[in-house]
Amino acid sequence: MSAQQSVLFDAPGPKTKRTILIINVIGAAVLLFVLYLLFKGLGDAGELKPEKWNVFAQGSIWSDYLLPGLMNTLKAAAISIVLALVFGFVFGLGRLSHMTWVRVISSIVVEFFRAVPVLIMMIFFWLFLGGAQLVPPDQSPFVAVVLGLTFYNGSVIAELVRSGVEGLPKGQREAGIAIGLTRGQSLRSIEVPQALTAMLPALIGQFVIILKDSALGSIVTYNELLYSANLVGTGNGNVFQALVVAAAIFIVINYALSALAKWLSRYLASRGEAGAAGHNDGGAEAPPAQVMGAPQTL
Amino acid sequence: MSGYLSLWEQYGGQMLAAFWGNIQLAFYAAVASLILGLILALMRISPVPSFRWVGTAYVNIIRNTPLTIIITFGVAVLYGVFTWQLSSDFNLNFFQIAIFGLAIYHAAFFCEAIRAGVNTVPQGQAEAARAIGLGFFPAAQNIILPQALRGAITPIGNTLISLIKNTTVVAAGSVAEVSGLMKTMIEFRPDQGILIFLTIAMFFVIVVVPVGLLTTYLSKKLAVAR
Repeated sequence: MSAQQSVLFDAPGPKTKRTILIINVIGAAVLLFVLYLLFKGLGDAGELKPEKWNVFAQGSIWSDYLLPGLMNTLKAAAISIVLALVFGFVFGLGRLSHMTWVRVISSIVVEFFRAVPVLIMMIFFWLFLGGAQLVPPDQSPFVAVVLGLTFYNGSVIAELVRSGVEGLPKGQREAGIAIGLTRGQSLRSIEVPQALTAMLPALIGQFVIILKDSALGSIVTYNELLYSANLVGTGNGNVFQALVVAAAIFIVINYALSALAKWLSRYLASRGEAGAAGHNDGGAEAPPAQVMGAPQTL
Repeated sequence: MSGYLSLWEQYGGQMLAAFWGNIQLAFYAAVASLILGLILALMRISPVPSFRWVGTAYVNIIRNTPLTIIITFGVAVLYGVFTWQLSSDFNLNFFQIAIFGLAIYHAAFFCEAIRAGVNTVPQGQAEAARAIGLGFFPAAQNIILPQALRGAITPIGNTLISLIKNTTVVAAGSVAEVSGLMKTMIEFRPDQGILIFLTIAMFFVIVVVPVGLLTTYLSKKLAVAR
């Protein structure tokens, strides 16, 4: 692929280059004008006044609200990631099982949790677990967030596992069975490790989604980052500024994770090309690309 | 069982009304975000650097922001601070702000879906089109876009599914829809908690699973053989 050129456009000639330059200048002017209007609107509404932002220079706002909120966000996300991986591998391999009833049950579980909105699960677990005294009332928002994130993202990971394994060349399994492994052994020691490499970028993309969805916790009164930012905002009369700060923190963390996923997929692709020729037979180069296309969900 | 039936007597109408709200939200937001996403995708694949920059910045910022923040932002800031009034009717106003927020968020994903579709078209197709003398528009219309659209079916379908499910998030903006109703229902009828959850969940299964099956069917049927 030539530098930054998409398939739709040919390499520009001198005349087109001039046209592009003119459009570019107009585009930039429009952009600057829109940004000017935006900031003027914010300024007129008094949202850019320093005293509204100065609150965030105070250490106590960070140490009492935002950092504990961020820690709670990361805690819920980290626990959910681990549990979702376990859930995903159990049911993903369950869908690949040669026992029909295991396959059917796994499919129903995965399809169900993929179709139900995370928030619906969170609200249910929050009220149900809290009401039935199954967990201490003050812990029920946290448990609800973790369970909701685990079930939804676990079932997405299960699909990643399944498509990763199914994308492998058939010869891998046949070779495993030929050297006397059972199907389960071949799955565990030959197919899953290879699928894991292929699905790694998509998996990290899913971690971004877990982190983002943890903000739903604010609706079920889990005091994560958005919840504490709302507290700061309503307490100091600067809701706008508090939301901007919370959004910025999410964007920085998620952008870093996405960049890692992108780098990883490129690294794995280049490693695949440089690897042994035998690895590239048949569809071996296709599955990573397909799995990589997956992290669009949500 | 009779408890469950009395639940339907008490809340059946409200549940259907609330779910109809979600479907309306999903429909309007899908139309708006598809249009915005298409514009963004065109910007991102255009040869004009400032357009590309705007498209890329939009996608990177919006895609990494939780939808909950965008909805909260719409209600607390657009309405609360800037006193934005899309409609004089109080509830309709929140409803429209919710559509606006959903559209802003999902446009970034539709943009990436369309772009992914364009990226599935090999460079050789464009080169072949030019080699047989097709200009920009004939090549785009007859060679590249038909293939690109087929490649985009799966990601667009996936985005549509998450859009339908994400309509529940507008509960953050106190819009009448099922997740808010479910909360009320479980609070008043804790004895039926599990059945209430399963009922609402089934609504989504009934809507989302066919969309998923249709996507898979279309993407297989229309797949470009290469």
